[in-house]
Amino acid sequence: MIEGDLNPRSHSDPYGRRINREHSRILATALPYATIVLGSILPTLFISASVPFVPPLGFLILIGWRLMRPGLLPSWAGLPLGAIDDLFSGQPFGSAILLWSLTMLAIEWFEARFPWRGFAQDWVAAILAITAYIVLAMFVSGASLTASMAVAIIPQLLLSILLYPMIAAMVSWLDRLRLMRIREIR
Amino acid sequence: MAPPSSRRSGHSRRAQYSRFTSYLVASIGAVIGAALLGLSLWQPTTFSELRGLAGDATEPVGQTTSATRSGSGGVIDTVAAYFRAGSQNAALREELQIARIRLAEAAATDEENQRLKELLRLGESDGEAVAVTRITGSSASSARRFAYIGAGRSDGVTVGMPVRSARGVVGRVLEVASSTSRVLLLTDSESVLPVRRAGDDIVAFAEGRGDGFVRIRLINLGINPLEPGDLFVTSGAGGYYRPGVAVAILEETRPDGGIARIIADPAATQFVRVEPIWLPESVNAASQSPNSALSDGGEDN
Repeated sequence: MIEGDLNPRSHSDPYGRRINREHSRILATALPYATIVLGSILPTLFISASVPFVPPLGFLILIGWRLMRPGLLPSWAGLPLGAIDDLFSGQPFGSAILLWSLTMLAIEWFEARFPWRGFAQDWVAAILAITAYIVLAMFVSGASLTASMAVAIIPQLLLSILLYPMIAAMVSWLDRLRLMRIREIR
Repeated sequence: MAPPSSRRSGHSRRAQYSRFTSYLVASIGAVIGAALLGLSLWQPTTFSELRGLAGDATEPVGQTTSATRSGSGGVIDTVAAYFRAGSQNAALREELQIARIRLAEAAATDEENQRLKELLRLGESDGEAVAVTRITGSSASSARRFAYIGAGRSDGVTVGMPVRSARGVVGRVLEVASSTSRVLLLTDSESVLPVRRAGDDIVAFAEGRGDGFVRIRLINLGINPLEPGDLFVTSGAGGYYRPGVAVAILEETRPDGGIARIIADPAATQFVRVEPIWLPESVNAASQSPNSALSDGGEDN
């Protein structure tokens, strides 16, 4: 008996069936960009008149993809994605282009310096990036800076730092989704 | 795992060049970003058209979530009221609050009327709403405090129009797109609103602090007459806002005024009214350059 062939799961792996199916190039390329753009739009749907409490989701998902799947996003991805984020975030146009491009370069440097790393090191890198981003974004927001504003960003900062592991888990799940074999070969 | 991008490019010219190019493009991206940022800080309205297009494109999503938000807020209220003292308690308390604000506003309006009766009647707008709409979103992740509303140029909204809810002033229209507008909220650190204390003539400026409170700055310095709990209403100075609309309640006093909490929290409001500019003449006059004031009658620059 050829038992293996009778088991329907023997022709599949976590990415789906292997026979007659192929990865979709569109899905594999577009999913990271689509999720980052979605992350840029999502915070605008929350209403906050008091403090900026919603984490910058677009930025979090960007560094999630960048740290979890190096080489997937080109190092210039901060330019187009930052431009889209600027249209929704309420920051002056150009702030995310600048800060996201600098983040991509900084992570590039970090990766060359620490090529072997685990999740803890990634999280530390993410914490540094998030802190620098939120503080610098406040400085370039065009608002008249007050001491109370520095206090007001602390909840957002903590929330963003705590959210990163969840974003990373989501990115790894999305990465599996990205490489699903959904294209049928005839 | 060692990331693929940290592999050395070695002697391959092609790999070396492509890495160098990607760094170069990323750096150019940062420079472009810095230039655009400088431009938009210098001329904040430069990219308003682009932002308007983006806002218009996502407006349906905002409308849906705003409808859901007000629905789910009602559920929470009902549950909370049930646990406290019966299902109607929350609704009644809300009504009482609004009634109190209304009462103070009415008293303020009465005074205003007394004062204005002898004055020359200017061509003031009748307070009819330009549009009644929902707040579809806000800049919840930025240090600036903007809200997006679902009415724009096609509804007759123009830049500068005051936006208010049933409780009081929400903010002022800053940018207008075809079907959405961006509103500068009172709590933004760039927002300044002339106010006076309801009940007397103590005038002040309400400046946003960027952390949810507004700072009340008295115009006439001296002994600070304010007390926590004082209600501030718009004074009508500047010509944008109709006088006598509730703005903020004082929380604590400071030597030059105090810290106040805004009355109309956009997160708790379902619908907002966009009202016409109260006295367009005085707004035009304020934006006019002193040199052109007499020569070319009233063209604003």
